Amino acid sequence: MPAGASRNRWLPAAGWVVVLAPLALLAADAASHRLGANPIEAVLNRLGFWTLTFLALSLVPTPLRLWTGLAWPLRLRRRLGVAAACYALLHFSWYLGVDQFFDMQVVVADVVKRPFITVGFAAILLLLPLAITSTDGWVRRLGFARWKALHRLAYAAALLGVVHFAWRVKADRLKPTIFAVAIGLLLLARLRPGPRRT
Amino acid sequence: MARWKPDMRDAEATPERLWLRRRDFLKLGAAGALALGWPDRTPAGEPGGATLAVAKRAALAGGEALTPWDDVTSYNNFYELGTDKADPARNAGSLRPRPWTVTIDGEVKKPVTLDVDALLKRFPLEERVYRMRCVEAWSMVIPWVGFPLGDLIRQLEPTSRAKFVAFQTLLDPAQLPGQRRAVIEWPYVEGLRIDEAAHPLTLLAAGLYGRVLPGQNGAPLRLVVPWKYGFKGVKSIVRITLTERQPPTSWSRLAPSEYGFYGNVNPDVDHPRWSQARERRIGEFLKRKTLPFNGYGEVASLYAGLDPRTLY
Repeated sequence: MPAGASRNRWLPAAGWVVVLAPLALLAADAASHRLGANPIEAVLNRLGFWTLTFLALSLVPTPLRLWTGLAWPLRLRRRLGVAAACYALLHFSWYLGVDQFFDMQVVVADVVKRPFITVGFAAILLLLPLAITSTDGWVRRLGFARWKALHRLAYAAALLGVVHFAWRVKADRLKPTIFAVAIGLLLLARLRPGPRRT
Repeated sequence: MARWKPDMRDAEATPERLWLRRRDFLKLGAAGALALGWPDRTPAGEPGGATLAVAKRAALAGGEALTPWDDVTSYNNFYELGTDKADPARNAGSLRPRPWTVTIDGEVKKPVTLDVDALLKRFPLEERVYRMRCVEAWSMVIPWVGFPLGDLIRQLEPTSRAKFVAFQTLLDPAQLPGQRRAVIEWPYVEGLRIDEAAHPLTLLAAGLYGRVLPGQNGAPLRLVVPWKYGFKGVKSIVRITLTERQPPTSWSRLAPSEYGFYGNVNPDVDHPRWSQARERRIGEFLKRKTLPFNGYGEVASLYAGLDPRTLY
């Protein structure tokens, strides 16, 4: 049996494990009281962290193929992107429904008045059309070229997500800086084409 | 002849007061669990550490339920021990709060440098239950043990030039490993106007829940000013200096548009990045309204004639 065939079998399963693991971990921590004194804030922060992580991970396959020729990670790209959008929606829903308990006046004021929330909200608005058009049907309907152009909005969403994080922290910019450098490098690595394979 | 030897000193036993309140802890935990929709919350741990002899008690948080010991000692902003809320409790082992020397100098006739335990012997220790409101819009109710800073200031006889009080945290990256990274400029410094410092509510705390202050809460000596945001409560103090000019304060030096010298709790003056109108009491689900001066309106006269919008 060729190596590729066995990979065909385990790759989708591994993809599901990767994108669901943070949720499983969160549920386990909640069940065993490891979320600390302010669990509402802990969940909000974790969902935000995994949104940015999956956004960054979804940017890995393309430069990886460009620079090393490794093609199979591309098959995980869409799932990683959809995961990022799902975590972003969970993050926002948690803020809306649990943290603020549907106090729409506060939420609207936050989105309008607090720049870090404005850019975070903008990032989610950018991710929504990408999540919706992530199916094979939408790729066909739009045509691959247009679909690909549309999905470059993920770059903007990732950058807005980093700004959202950086503007949120009070003093310690270490984690937002790590995301900024990682996402910056992943975007730059697309500009200069590596050794092209035909 | 074999004699029974107690393996536990009186001081190590749970104080009766806390033992009698054990059900309140459980109730608070259950209320939190209901509110969160989760099966139950962290079982409330009993306070630990050596007990302090408390001469007087005052509950000054409107009869509100105490925040459990576990929460008070595991959710801390003490960047010198790490910037995540859980870091200080994890890293507090590197801080050695005894022996500890405190210097009180500047515009006083009788400056002193003395051991913290000698300082604590000079004043009867009081328990004060205060609300603690963090600038990040969460709050707790904490039974501090300490003595009024004003008593100390009067004892050292301030000169006529003493207008402000400056405080400084220990600078020692070996004990406070967070100081190895210049997240903010070290050491942490804070300040009060002298009338704020001498106000009877202003406390130098050396304990909580009747126990010696744990490292993550600012052992061995920290400031508690209940009508101000928590960042004013400088921890692990080594120096208190009375000054003629307003001293610099750490957070206002880092971000002057976000944190001022006063840091008075005010629901009507938002932090530029979030609203201060409401706060989450640790253990509660719904946010509650923030009270002006954190509910300590008696201090308002200190600020007569000043625009409260400038007192953030």
